[in-house]
Amino acid sequence: MLALLMLNILAYMTPNPDKTQIIIHLLSVISQNSAGQFFSSGHTNNWAVLVCTSRFWFNYRHVANTLSVYRSVKRLGIPDSHIVLMLADDMACNHRNPKPATVFSHKNMELNVYGDDVEVDYRGYEVTVENFLRVLTGRLPPSTPRSKRLLSDDRSNILIYLTGHGGNGFLKFQDSEEISNVELADAFEQMWQKRRYNELLFIIDTCQGASMYERFYSPNIMALASSQVGEDSLSHQPDLAIGVHLMDRYTFYMLEFLEDIHPASKTNMNDLFKVCPKSQCVSTPGHRTDLFLRDPGSVLITDFFGSVRKVELTMDAINLTDPIKQMEENPVNGEEQKEVYSYADQLPVSEIIHQKPKQKDWHPPDGFILGLWTLILLVFFKTYGIKHLKHIF
Amino acid sequence: MEAAHWLVLLMTLVPSSVPQPKDDFQEELVIRPLHSGDIYASFQFRTLWDTDFMRENKVSHYRLFPKSLGQVISKFSVRELHISFTQGYWRTMQWGQPFIPSPPGAELWVWFQDSVTDVDATWKELTNVLSGIFCASLNFIDSTNTVQPSASFKPLGIGNVTDHSFLRYATLPREIVCTENLTPWKKLLPCGSKAGLAVLLKSEKLFHSSFHSQAVHIRSVCQDWQCKTTSWELRQTVNSVFDLHNSGQAKREWSLFKMFSRTLTEACPLASSSKLYIDITDNPQGEQFELSPATSLLSQAVVLGDRRTFSVYDLTQETTFGSVRSLNLLIRWKSNEGEMLRPLLHAERYVAGYGLQTGEIHTLMYNNHPYRSFPVLLLDSVPWYLRLYIHTLSVTSKGKDNKPSYIHYEPSKDRVKPHLLEMLIQLPPNSVTEVTVQFERALLKWTEYPPDPNHGFYVGSSVISSLVPSTVAMDTNSTRERPLFSSFFPCKEESSYFVRIYTEPLLVNLPTPDFSMPYNVICLTCTVVAVGYGSLYNLLTRSFQIEEPNPGLAKRIANVIRKMRGVPPL
Repeated sequence: MLALLMLNILAYMTPNPDKTQIIIHLLSVISQNSAGQFFSSGHTNNWAVLVCTSRFWFNYRHVANTLSVYRSVKRLGIPDSHIVLMLADDMACNHRNPKPATVFSHKNMELNVYGDDVEVDYRGYEVTVENFLRVLTGRLPPSTPRSKRLLSDDRSNILIYLTGHGGNGFLKFQDSEEISNVELADAFEQMWQKRRYNELLFIIDTCQGASMYERFYSPNIMALASSQVGEDSLSHQPDLAIGVHLMDRYTFYMLEFLEDIHPASKTNMNDLFKVCPKSQCVSTPGHRTDLFLRDPGSVLITDFFGSVRKVELTMDAINLTDPIKQMEENPVNGEEQKEVYSYADQLPVSEIIHQKPKQKDWHPPDGFILGLWTLILLVFFKTYGIKHLKHIF
Repeated sequence: MEAAHWLVLLMTLVPSSVPQPKDDFQEELVIRPLHSGDIYASFQFRTLWDTDFMRENKVSHYRLFPKSLGQVISKFSVRELHISFTQGYWRTMQWGQPFIPSPPGAELWVWFQDSVTDVDATWKELTNVLSGIFCASLNFIDSTNTVQPSASFKPLGIGNVTDHSFLRYATLPREIVCTENLTPWKKLLPCGSKAGLAVLLKSEKLFHSSFHSQAVHIRSVCQDWQCKTTSWELRQTVNSVFDLHNSGQAKREWSLFKMFSRTLTEACPLASSSKLYIDITDNPQGEQFELSPATSLLSQAVVLGDRRTFSVYDLTQETTFGSVRSLNLLIRWKSNEGEMLRPLLHAERYVAGYGLQTGEIHTLMYNNHPYRSFPVLLLDSVPWYLRLYIHTLSVTSKGKDNKPSYIHYEPSKDRVKPHLLEMLIQLPPNSVTEVTVQFERALLKWTEYPPDPNHGFYVGSSVISSLVPSTVAMDTNSTRERPLFSSFFPCKEESSYFVRIYTEPLLVNLPTPDFSMPYNVICLTCTVVAVGYGSLYNLLTRSFQIEEPNPGLAKRIANVIRKMRGVPPL
């Protein structure tokens, strides 16, 4: 305010040619001060890893949970290339779904969280504990495509959302394997040591969810869970047309809370901790902030759920590299093409009948065969004695 | 629209000394009413590009051809690539022959260039990259479900190749196709899903159909009739069959809005031709159904061995859209008569037998031609956990043994590769040919079972390739301007046309163990050990001492007094 006042006075008082220079100088001072505010959170990009770990039609609500968080995160600006979405089963095109290609979160089919523009990175049998841990730690086989990788760096804020069936200290993946809280804590520690995150927000919506964040020991992690140890997370409401429960209570109220957030809102984490009190959720949501360096009241929701791009102001000039030279095209019509192409015969019957069988490559005899022959020879010479050798050869 | 204008501007700024490769985009939609009341819609989007992906300097300026596929072609030295995702099974007897056949699930077959040294490693990398592009779990394709056919799947594009070692074929019958596969598919189109025919591709209606198949086909084609130069062709196709009763209506009436919940408002600005064809062959005088808005354009084409007549709507003309600026085609039925022409070739497959140990696979092929016989190439790829007994293989037609003129069999190797059986069989006229083979089910290791093993295990569809005699002379002139749907399979002779049929996939149950048994065994053993051994150990090593119980307070005071008196305690 004071600076602006000074600016006005100066602009009024000084002669014209100097006026613009002073104004520019003052503006840069002001903007650099406010630029400092931009970097209070310290992150430059946002990632999200959203995992639904349950299979089978009656676990429709877990897929709906994950898709509603996916929807909110996309709406607030995180692009598909920065979201790793893992759904253990397909509910939208499941044959039991009365409305194909839709997944609803509210009864009476009010909100289709599946939408028209969805990219699932891991689906079906690919959602395993091993793949989840590999995505987090980045130790994937070299041929994995980019959309399946978590390419975060030390200035990334990552949102990790897990939902499914769980218990005290474990989370069940696809009804056949579990991940324990110790493994998860170790994975986060690996991520910290490899500088794969700046800050991490971990949200889990399962029964006894608080047990999953008890063992974390890496810095800069904030965790939320839908229920304490010993409590079950309950589902919200069934839809009679679809026949299953559509959402879990905690994620349902969290989705309602997130629908009010827009990319420029200033709501902070303390409001997120108040989502779904015991009266609405029946279970007691818990949170853990002791590993987090900043005060939760100063952490914006959009720091994790949105993708607010930071702008770096600079007054320096940057030299661009030399423009790429166009490669000289070889003259295409240089010489006359002598050969004429033709389409292949789709079913050349006579050729097929007279096809010589493929010569299999000769491989040296297998270890088993060699061992067998050695055994036979040994037994033979043992029985009949070595002196018969000269009769044979 | 802005992107198109911007691209045009950029094109003009490029110096004219570097000639830009010519590319061309065409789109078309064919609607064929079926006799059962259902309706078959087939979209084809074709991009032709005159460029060379294989040369040293990498292609860097992409216009209509999608960059992700162009980079795949040049990085993996692909000669041809065909990938399809299908939900549902094509019912040949009710619906006739499709324009582009595809098996249920996902199917991928690729011809590599001769310059590739390690085809298997390139294949593995290619499947991983494609799984990222199409959001499908194609990374499950590995050596246990990949085969190398020796006579089927000849290249559909240019090339006289005889070395099948550069061909790989794999199917994933379990693969689901949903909006997450359609989204990246639509993004490959030049106009995306914003203009042209692709606005009709709405997932809520497309997946609520009896059959939905989306495919991408990449191959080299001749540029002109001399065929001295080739260009790359990318075809993206969608085939859907919409069910009359599913859409909830009493009258037999179809419209674009009812099928796709959208109407057409414009053609794709980047397309050189954008047409809508309605098959009116069964409706020459308009007595079966009525088409509105009426159109005067008619076209005839020989497709699938038959001469069909089509009403054409040219979307590049403004007049097609009328005064309301939108085209909503309406097809209203007046009478229910008419018989469908029986397809000349169709096939079925099923598993016979009982129990969880053995079974029998039966494949039936029907030749419905009254007097002509034709050859058929049957390709079967059976996973290793169904151990086929090839000595029980029998091929019979009309009750008599029918010896195939060519058999190629590659036995499976446990956990390494599947069975491959290819046979060339001559089907006698008006007959049913039955191919049977017995198998035994293997017991898998308990870690190899999927999380839902009681669902069963899928066996991919058999592929039947055949040259079926056609009723009218086929057009072998490959250069005349033909609609896209009739130029997919190349035609070498006039009297027959090439067709590929897929049978049903099989679902077999393997003997499934009880997965809770390890836990039960551990509990039981530990209990037995604890109770049995523990009690025995206690009996043997425990020693007993007699211990006086604690006396009451009165007695304790009395004992203290007696101790003081020197008398023995109570």
